[in-house]
Order: sequence, then C-alpha cells, then structure tokens
Amino acid sequence: MALLEVEDLTVSFAGSGRRVTVLDGVSFTLDAGEIVGLVGESGCGKSITAMSVMRLLPSPPSRVDRGGVRFAGTDLLSLPERRMRAMRGNRIGMIFQEPMTSLNPTFTVGWQIDEALRLHTGLNAEQRRARCLELMGLVGVGAAERRLGQYPHELSGGLRQRVMIAMALACGPEMIIADEPTTALDVTIQAQILDLLVTLRRDLGTAILMITHDLGVVAEYCDRVVVMYAGKVVEKAPVESLFARPRHPYTTGLLASMPRLDSGRGPLASIPGMVPSPGSRPPGCPFADRCPNVLPRCAPEMPPLETGPDGHAFACWNPMP
Amino acid sequence: MGKYLAKRLGQSLLILLGVTVVTFLLLFLLPADPARQIAGRSASAATVESVRQQLGLHLPLWEQYLRYLGKLLQGDLGRSFVQRTEVGELVWSRLPATLLLMAGAIGFELLIGVPAGIVAAMRRGKPTDNAVMIASLVGVSAPQFVVGILLLYVFAVQLEWFPIGGYGTFAHLVLPAMTLGILGGGWYGRMTRSSMVDVLRQDYIRTARAKGAAEQRIVLVHALRNAFLPLLAMIGIDIGLFMSGAVVVESVFGWPGIGQLAWQAIQQVDIPIIMGVTLVSAVFIVAGNLLADLLAPLVDPRIRLR
Repeated sequence: MALLEVEDLTVSFAGSGRRVTVLDGVSFTLDAGEIVGLVGESGCGKSITAMSVMRLLPSPPSRVDRGGVRFAGTDLLSLPERRMRAMRGNRIGMIFQEPMTSLNPTFTVGWQIDEALRLHTGLNAEQRRARCLELMGLVGVGAAERRLGQYPHELSGGLRQRVMIAMALACGPEMIIADEPTTALDVTIQAQILDLLVTLRRDLGTAILMITHDLGVVAEYCDRVVVMYAGKVVEKAPVESLFARPRHPYTTGLLASMPRLDSGRGPLASIPGMVPSPGSRPPGCPFADRCPNVLPRCAPEMPPLETGPDGHAFACWNPMP
Repeated sequence: MGKYLAKRLGQSLLILLGVTVVTFLLLFLLPADPARQIAGRSASAATVESVRQQLGLHLPLWEQYLRYLGKLLQGDLGRSFVQRTEVGELVWSRLPATLLLMAGAIGFELLIGVPAGIVAAMRRGKPTDNAVMIASLVGVSAPQFVVGILLLYVFAVQLEWFPIGGYGTFAHLVLPAMTLGILGGGWYGRMTRSSMVDVLRQDYIRTARAKGAAEQRIVLVHALRNAFLPLLAMIGIDIGLFMSGAVVVESVFGWPGIGQLAWQAIQQVDIPIIMGVTLVSAVFIVAGNLLADLLAPLVDPRIRLR
C-alpha cells in the first residue's frame, strides 16, 4: 500500500463572484522511502497540491470539491484539525522554497528546531537539546552548538535550508514534502542540498515528494515523476521510462526546453504560449492551444489518464510515438 | 553600543538645548507682561517696574537666557514668579503622580489595544474586525474631556465604583488612566492590527503551521513578537506624550500631576515653571524614544544599534 495516495483531488478557490477550479482530479501515489518528482511550469498547481495535502490552504477561499488524500491509511481531509496538526511537522515534514523568509527572524534556529520536538514529543529539555545537536549533524551543519544559538539572518542561504531540513526531520517523519527546496539557492549549494535529501532518504527511509520545475533535478534524484499542467496530471511514469520515451507533448516540450551540453549550439527550444490561468481553461485538454500534435477533439474533450503495462500513464489523444 | 549611546546622548542634549531656546523665545513673545501680572492690575507703574527689576525681566533677552542656562547647568530650574518656591521642587513633587498616570494609561492602552488588534487581524474582513475598527475610530476621535466626564458620570456618580477625583489609591487611578487609555488604545488597536495582518502573511508563519503549531500559538508566539516593533516605538512616544499632554485629564479628575502645574503656570504667566515643565517633558520625550530604540534589538535581533 502506498504511503501517500492522492485520489481525484479537486480544489477550487472563491474568486470574484465565481469559483475557480485550480486542481482538477489530481491523482498520484508516493510509496514509503520513494522520491517522486512533481513537475510543471509555474502556475500548474504543484504547490497547491502540496498545500492541499498538508491542509494549509486557507479555507475559505479554498475548498476541496472532490477526491481524497490518504496518508498511511488515514484520510487526511476528514481528520479533525487537532489530529491534522499532530500530523504536520511530526509524521509529515515540509521544506519551503525560500529559506530566507521561511524561518522566523526573531527566534534562534535552535528554538525553531526545538519547537517541533516540543510540539510533538514528550522529550525533556535535555533530550531535545541532544536531538537538536544530532539533527544539525545529520544535515551537515558544523559547530552545531554555536549555530543553534544564532538567528536566521546570521546564516547563509544554504545553512538556512539545512536548518529547515533539520526542522522538518526533527520528529522523524515518514514523508517530507519539499516545495522547490533549491530554487532560491546557488547552483553549488543546490547540489549539496539535493544530495543531502537523497542521503537522508537512504539512511532514514524518508519518502520525499519533490516539487520542482527542474527536470534535471528529477532525472538525477527522483524515482518516479508526475507531470502537471494547468491543475491536471498529464503524465506519470518511472523516471527512466519518462526520459526514454516521453508520451505527452507537454513533457516533450519541457524536455526540449532543458539546456543540454551535448546538443550543440543553437537556440534553446521553448513551448510557445503560456499556461492558461485557472478560470480560462478549456473543457478539454488544457494544453491544446500550445500543442504541436493537436487534433480537433482535443479542445472539447479531455483525454483520460491511461496507464500502460509498464506503469507509464499519460492523458493525450495524440501522444508522441 | 557604547559609541551609539554616546552619540544618542549627545544628540539628546542638543535637542534639549534647542527646546530651551525655542521655549524661551516663545514665552517672551507673549503679549502678557509677567511683571504686571504679578504686581496686580491696580499696582502703580513704579511697583510694576520694581517687580520687573526684581525678577531680572528688565535685562536684554539674550542675557536673561544666558543667566537661565547658567543656572540650569548647575541643576537649578529657577524660582516660581508667583509662589517664590523652587521650580525643581515643584516639578519633583508632581512627578510621581504624573508617572503613575502615565504607567496606568500605557498599561490600559496595551491591555485593550493589543488584544483588540490581534482579534481584528485574525478575523480580518469579518464583523468582529469591522466592530473593532469602528470602536477604535471612536476611541481615537473622542475628545479627552468628553470621555473623562462620561466615565466620571457613569462609574463615579451613577455606579459609585470609583472616586470622583483626587489621588492616592489605585481606585483613584482607574478612571483617569482609562480616559487616556481609551484614546490611545484605539491607536494601539489599529497599529497592532495592521502590523499583525502584515506578519501573518509572511512565509515563516506558513512554516510554523507546517510544523504543526496551533493557531493560537502561531499568533501569540510566532507573529506577536514580530508585530511588536511598531508598538514599542509607540510606547516610547507615549512616555513623552503623557508627560506633557495629560493637562485635560488631570484637570477633569483633579489629578495633582505636572499637567495641572503647567496649566496654572500658563494662566499666571509664571515663566520659570512653564520653562521647567517644558524642559522636563522634553527630557521624557527624548528618553522615551531612546529607550524604545535601545530595546528594539531585544524584540528583533536583526536590528543593530549604530
């Protein structure tokens, strides 16, 4: 049984006078100890998906219209708020994009890591202190004693992200949701942080839902990929299969617009047009107006997400060969 | 830190010097003649002149000022024209009452303003928020004497919960402190609300939620500390404000503070007292702001004093 099962998740926001659907029937799974990449352009609903799983979207204006989220067999969406809080930061950790602004500037990093332990464990002050030092070692922060007493503004971006990871790991979660964990960091630091996450998965068996727009990250670090477009899942596959034979034209477009060292010079490919904003999406395939393979039936009729025998699923009437 | 403090203290002295110059000039631009005032309306011109000589008011303005400044540097605020007592002593004897009222008023402001602002921020756009905002607007715009008299009428005259006026016990403090606090509380409420609304949008609040903190904890621990900085500056300003600006409330409640002293002195053109009170108020305004700035790094560690 999968650790996380997102099934037909449909979320809408109350706009000015009407409801706008931002997630439309999103389904995917994450097994224990697995790293799944959730990819797509900005505005595809990746972060909304993560926030919905954590139930961190303000409601109203947001609302889950359909579908479910099961974590280790528990239906998260119907959990009372008190029990949902016992999940957050305890069994599900979360890492955010901006380590600069995601830590509270007025408390020491030690206090902020310790808070997770205070909230969710019965450890005494001494045990928590020991755990904090252990966590700092785990995420590769040297001079842990001193670091714990420092404020976020005294640390570099990379160190802050390590602190964020330590905080997410504090209670030994079964799953970490990493929402663009390296987008705001320098390239060299990005690799360090991603390597750290993979090491943690190997040593601790923590499953990771990795939200990213960077297919390079997916290729290198993920086991499976979920490609989202305009609030819908358009393709799901094991990493090797997806990169070897992408079926959805959107995925192909994303792959083609990745800078590569081996493809010689010449302009970088890009997908013309923009992601349709929620509310102006067509009834059929949302990618239809940007798609090179478009057929007459694409705009009016949404293709179903069909899974092949190899576990490779895509929603397209006219897939790539 | 030492360097910062020295710089700020130096600036403060310059400001206070400026205050003495401006106050001195303004007082002598007044159309009222203090010598005539003291000698009495029916006194002869000769009597008035001798009073003038006695008080040193015949000297050129700059010489009067330098004499005043010379004495001031020795800690002497001069003597009252009317009561012939030391201004320093007069102000000193009124100081406890004024400080007590100030503390009570600031305490009351925080007590009603901060919780109201927090509740409004949490219920933004809902009826509770609107109610708090309207109430704070009423508080901010109500004249002090109206609020004072209203409170007196309800709580002292009708309900007889508190004494009508005077000074001495905690019960005496409640109504005057409430009067000042209701007005200031409106400002604190609005300030707290806007500061909280801003802080609650920050990424680190989302982090706290993702960590599993309860809403109450997020607001009172994670957000309030960040939202407190503008309030700290306001408390610093209030320390100075209530030192000089409690005249109306002190009159309504017969509170024997510096405000009353100043009010009497102005009516009698008792220049040394007016000077003394102005100077002491200025000291408190400067000190209040300095105190707020010195405490700011304790609230927000990113602030460096330079």
